[in-house]
This record gives sequence, structure tokens and C-alpha cells, in this order.
Amino acid sequence: MHYLIRRVLATIPVMGVVAIFVFALLHLSPGDPAAVIAGDFATAEDIARIHKQLGLDRPLHLQFVSWVSQLLRGDLGTSIFSHLPVARLIGQRVEPTVALSITTLIIAVTLGVPIGVLAAWRSGAWIDRLVMGFAVFGFSIPIFVVGYLLIYLFAIQLGWLPVQGYVSIDEGLWPCLRSILLPSGALSTFYMALIARITRASVLEVLGEDYIRTAKAKGLAAINVLFGHALKNAAVPIVTIIGIGLTLLIGGVVITESVFAIPGVGRLTVDAILRRDYPIIQGVILVSSAAYVLVNLMIDIVYTFLDPRIRY
Amino acid sequence: MTSIARSDTLLAGPVRPKQSATMYFMRRNPAVAIGIALILTMTLLTSFAPYLNTVDPIKFNPVYRLKPPSEKFWFGTDSFGRDVYSRTIYGGRISLIVGLSVAVFSTSIGLMIGLVAGYIRAADAILMRIMDGLMAIPSILLAIALISLTKASVQSILIAITIPEIPRVVRLVRAVVLTIREQPYVEAATAMGTSVPKILVRHILPNTLAPLIVQATFICAAAVLIEAALGFLGAGTPPEIPSWGNIIAEGRTYFQIGPWMILFPGLFLATTVLAINLVGDGLRDLLDPRIARRM
Repeated sequence: MHYLIRRVLATIPVMGVVAIFVFALLHLSPGDPAAVIAGDFATAEDIARIHKQLGLDRPLHLQFVSWVSQLLRGDLGTSIFSHLPVARLIGQRVEPTVALSITTLIIAVTLGVPIGVLAAWRSGAWIDRLVMGFAVFGFSIPIFVVGYLLIYLFAIQLGWLPVQGYVSIDEGLWPCLRSILLPSGALSTFYMALIARITRASVLEVLGEDYIRTAKAKGLAAINVLFGHALKNAAVPIVTIIGIGLTLLIGGVVITESVFAIPGVGRLTVDAILRRDYPIIQGVILVSSAAYVLVNLMIDIVYTFLDPRIRY
Repeated sequence: MTSIARSDTLLAGPVRPKQSATMYFMRRNPAVAIGIALILTMTLLTSFAPYLNTVDPIKFNPVYRLKPPSEKFWFGTDSFGRDVYSRTIYGGRISLIVGLSVAVFSTSIGLMIGLVAGYIRAADAILMRIMDGLMAIPSILLAIALISLTKASVQSILIAITIPEIPRVVRLVRAVVLTIREQPYVEAATAMGTSVPKILVRHILPNTLAPLIVQATFICAAAVLIEAALGFLGAGTPPEIPSWGNIIAEGRTYFQIGPWMILFPGLFLATTVLAINLVGDGLRDLLDPRIARRM
């Protein structure tokens, strides 16, 4: 229990650093942020207006204190372009992003883990080489290239799935899944590669243990040895990499949503870059970092229940 | 220590001349040889871009809009009639420059921070909290944020991609330093009154180099991918500098009628990253078998 409290408290400095960084990005950048946000054709009044809007005319430490206290109350600021609260804008766009991320995670884990176990079991054989080769490919092919390849093959040539767009889950599970299948497929390639590789490595390490030999010796089927004994003991690094890979997943979501014209948080971000709508970019960074920190916190907590040996 | 190691090699068998050892390694690891060959090819192609039957990559030619690949336009033309082949060859320059520079900058900065964090306890807590915070921000979002604040230029892209990569290097270096600092020879050096900077540079730094080189290749691959992704999202190099990312971005609108605008730069991009990753994997097996087992 003591460990849990410490682990929860440890998230505070991390989020604190993220907050300072996001704040500093705008205020310590070279030049006047208001001028950058206002763009090339801004007049002096425009710049002064943005100054006031962002509170840039006040002392830095006061700005920081009031900004953080707003954050703690769930106020992520106001969009410069649409004048709507950033928290609401992100809230409206969260559904497609979460649907995409979860589908991707499911695909990547359900395919990546068995592939990795298979490669470890037949380590050195052609199937292992194939899996490892696939893993290197998965790391190397950019998501947007995979995305367009999938669109070309399954949507344009075969016509099985829609080319682009997103259907909300309110309109039924199947239409929603159909719209999200190709994006998740594209996004899951590298994640799957990452998981397959880690699974192979950690299962391979466990396969050398005495209890695996015992399990084999008492006549257990290979599948029971692999999944019941080896994978169970190799699980910690695999779950860890799933958590750490989350930042890559979030980055990938931004790109995937652009490729497939999905109106999620990623598209919101990309539109915000083009308009230099800085509060939105700040808000998205804060929310996604918080999501990362929370998921990893949950993973660590789940560990302590799954594996009683883990006590920090 | 070194003399023991040498006699070990002598016992193990005849010492191979350096050249043949390299060739031996290459033959045992054909993937690395392929990777190196591909990287060399890409470097040569982009370096000699003006002599490879290319035309001005940014010249508009409205007569030849959206032409499919042909004998005249090997990779077709884009919506402004620009030659996609020339743009792809020239576009590789930015990717290779970014990949190499980010690898060098982030490893050298990360190395310095990592040495300090690993060796000086007081600095460790603060530095690692900062690194944890940076790691929590997705690299692409961080890079986007950094770029959106400055005018798009190669310089700002380099900085924007370098910063998110630093924490990974710091963690790696710190982990190595934490084990090395307990070694008897470091203790001996401290006892003899060697200054901290000298211990760091002479005794600890050399031990970090092998894993660092491996890490640098993976950072290089990641940097090429992130640069392309930024270009694709419209946060990369300004449009007048062709890059694989922004060529693909411009091809998006015409994807259904002109897939060649995405196919060819995409192929070059994937091949380059694959080549760097192949070399990285090979180097890891060669230089750092301990990490090789873990990954």
C-alpha cells in the first residue's frame, strides 16, 4: 500500500514538468509569441489583442500561477481562432481518437504477442526470421505510407472498406468498426512490431529457466508451456512496453487521423498548427501526456496485483 | 586487464587481419551489408542529384500536370507539373541531413546530461524528473509545438526533433554510468584524487560509447521518420524545399488519380529508414550483445 501511494505521488512531478514545459514553450520562445500567433499579416492591434487575450502583459510568475490554477480547475484556455474553450473542443473530438487507439491496441496485442511467442519458440527457424523481418519492416515503414497502401488495396481496388472518414459509434458498432478498421490496421503495424519483438525477447529469456524444462518434462503440451508458463513469466516487460509505446501511439494517431480524414483530436491539432492556434496545441499536449502518465500508473498498479514479487 | 583479453583471443584462434574480420561479419550478417549498401546509395543519389537526369525540382510546368510515370517523367509529375523524380531525389537531402544531425546532436547532448545525472547524485533527481516529463510528451506533438512557434526552417526542425530524443539517450547513459561508477577502477581513481570531470571523461565515457552508437542509429531512423511525418502534417520544411514528407503531403489530394506522388517518395523513405534500422540491429548484435538479448 505504501508503494501505491508513492507511485501515485510520483506522477505529480512528471505532470509538473510537462506543465512547466508547455508554459515555457510559449513564453520562452525567441521573439514575441503573440506576433508569431498573429501571423505574417497581423497589425499592431491584432498583436496587442492577443497579448491581452493570453495575459502576456502580466509578470511571468503571475501568468504561470494563474495558468496552473486554471488547469487544475479543468480550464485549458480558449482557442484563439474559434474562441471556444479548448477543453470543450478536445472533448468533442475525443471519441474517434479513443476508438482508434483502443482498436489499434487490441489488434496490436492480439496479433503481436502470439507472433512474438511463436518466434521465440522456433527461435532461429524460418518463422522466427520472418517475424523479425516483419518487425524491422514495421518499424521502418511510415504510418502514412502504410495507410495509403491499405486505402489503395482495400478501399480503392477491392472496395471492401470505406476510403476515409469516421462513423460514430452511435450509428452502430459495425459501421463504426468498418470506418476504423483500415486506420487501426495502419497504426498497429509498428506497435505490433514493437510488441512482437519484446515478446520474443522476453519469452526467449524465460524459456531457458528450470521450470520450463520441468513443465516440458512432465509432458505438458507445447502450447501450455508457452502460454501458461513462459508468457506468464515474461509478461512484465511486454506490458511495460505497451505502456511506454503509448506516446508513439498518440503521435501515430495524429498522423493516421490526417491520412483517413478522421475528425479526432489529432486533426484538431493539425488544424491548430496551420492556424497557429497555440492554446489548442498546449491543451492537446497536456491531455495526451496526462493520459500517458495515467495509463502507466494503472499498469504499475496492476503489476503489483498480478505479480506479488514486485514491491518497490 | 587488456593483456588477459589479448591472450584470450590468441587462444581462441588465429588473429584475423582487420579487413577479413569486417568481411566475415558482413557475410554472417547480410542484412547489415544490405543496409550499408542502401544508405551509401541514398547518400550518393542525393549528393549527385543535379547530375542524375533531374530537372529543377521546384519549377512549375503547368503543361505537364499530373502525368503518370513515363519515359520523360520517371516518377510522374505533380499537380503543378513538377517532376516527382527530381523532387524525390532532391528531397532525400533533407531527410539524410536531419537524420544524421539529430543523431549526432541528441546523443552528444544526452551523453553530457546522462554523465552528470549518473555520477552526481544531487543533479540526478532533478535531471531525471525533467527527462521523465519530456518522455511523457509524444515526440511528434512536442516537435509540432516547437515548430509552430518558430518560422519553419531546417534549423528549427532539427531542434524540434532533437529535443524529444534527448531523454532516451540520457536514460541509457545514466544506466551505464550507474553500473560503472561502482567499479573498482573508478573507486581507485577517486581515491587517487582524480577530478570528477576527468573520471567522467577518461573512465566512464568510453564504456557508454558502444550502446550509444547503437542508440544513435535508431535515433537517426526515428528522426528521418519524424521529419517526414512533420512534412506530411504541414509542419515541416517550407514548401520551396522539397522533402519526402511534403511531396507526399502534396500528393494527398490527388491520391486517387495520381498515387505515384505518394508511392515513390514513400518507397524511398521506407527504404532509407529500413536500411538504417538494419545497420542499427547489426551494430547492436556486434557491439552490445547484452542489450541485444533484451530488445
